[in-house]
Amino acid sequence: MVLRQITVSALMLFLFAAVGAGLVALTWDRTAHRIADNERMALLRSINEVLPKDQYDNDVFHDVIEVRDPELLGTPDPVPVYRARRNGWPVAAILTPVAPDGYNGNIRLLVAVRVDGTLAGVRVISHHETPGLGDAVEVERSDWIKGFRGKSLGNPPEKHWKVKRDGGDFDQFTGATITPRAVVKAVRKALLYYRMHGDELFEQSPEPDHEHELQKHHP
Amino acid sequence: MSTSYRNIIRDGLWTNNTGLVQLLGLCPLLAVTGTLVNGLGLGLATTATLAASNTTVSLVRKLVRPEVRIPVFVLIIASIVTIIELSMNAFFHDLYKVLGIFIPLIVTNCVIIGRAEAFASRQPVGKALVDGLAIGIGFTLLLVVLGALREIIGHGTLFAQAHMMFGEAARDWTLHLTGNYHGMLLAVLPPGAFLGLGLLIALKNHIDRRMEQRAAQAPAVSPHPETA
Repeated sequence: MVLRQITVSALMLFLFAAVGAGLVALTWDRTAHRIADNERMALLRSINEVLPKDQYDNDVFHDVIEVRDPELLGTPDPVPVYRARRNGWPVAAILTPVAPDGYNGNIRLLVAVRVDGTLAGVRVISHHETPGLGDAVEVERSDWIKGFRGKSLGNPPEKHWKVKRDGGDFDQFTGATITPRAVVKAVRKALLYYRMHGDELFEQSPEPDHEHELQKHHP
Repeated sequence: MSTSYRNIIRDGLWTNNTGLVQLLGLCPLLAVTGTLVNGLGLGLATTATLAASNTTVSLVRKLVRPEVRIPVFVLIIASIVTIIELSMNAFFHDLYKVLGIFIPLIVTNCVIIGRAEAFASRQPVGKALVDGLAIGIGFTLLLVVLGALREIIGHGTLFAQAHMMFGEAARDWTLHLTGNYHGMLLAVLPPGAFLGLGLLIALKNHIDRRMEQRAAQAPAVSPHPETA
């Protein structure tokens, strides 16, 4: 009798788990493509925000290579680098480094560096920072991130590439120092990476892998 | 427990307000009420989840054996929250980017499983749905008031970043209450949330007591003396 009850309960639990997991799987299947599309569109929008469309004429979204540098790009995984060109000449490299030391883990950045080594702009792609404090790095929430435009490794001098509390030139936020500190550090390292590898970035051919899945967004 | 629709709504909004009386759901409540808009965002997302989970739990209430009901409720709520998150990401991407961080937080809100267990598993679908909405709106109102309070004291603004929820037209809604205010960090940080919530609870108790006293002083006027 007891065994029967246990079996019925276990079966019922199994049934609910199966239906729940099935519904989640179905939703995931139906939405995965759209979510990936949305994220790519958002990334493209961010690229066009920092680098206006009239400054380059190639299909920047397909002109992409992957590079690896755990020390300077913040992640052991390969990160995509998008390359903007005009009449075949390099205009800017758009790096996507990770700031690994945010308050709540990784902050993914988009760092657009012009060929002369100045920043065209920086945007946050994704983060898990505290709402209301650290999330002021988002361009939708404050203009702080726009302050990187035009900066380079010499401007300000490299030892001033810190938040003000650490003796540098960049503002921190009320109640949040860790997030801007992590972002400033990651941008500085991305610039260092560009100084060391910038020329090579434009020489390699695009990754063939990205071609087929991105075709839909051909302008 | 009387369960007329009127009582359900009054319970959810005031008498049994989850945040002010039951002190449930404090983790998301204290974490995201830094601004009015954040509070509203979490409140709306929670309300949607509560309505969906209460309805589902009520629909399956006769199927589920009592000894496994809690794991079943957990499964239902986790599935609903995940489905809402995926769907919002796919179909309302801009709104998702605003509320995205709040959605996983909804799972941590014990109000939802609390209502499933205490109410929806014993009541018909219509009442369970109304209960979910009433509790959710009561929670939302508290989040909005606490968010507004902390935003005014902490940043000296109100309706900051409203454009993320209401579109570009709302970009100018931000009210700067004082000209040159540098903010008060305490209100922005978690202790400010506890202090603010404590003050709101005190205010609610004060209002309740005043109403009780008024009802006691003028019993002849009240048509329903027993409701005091």
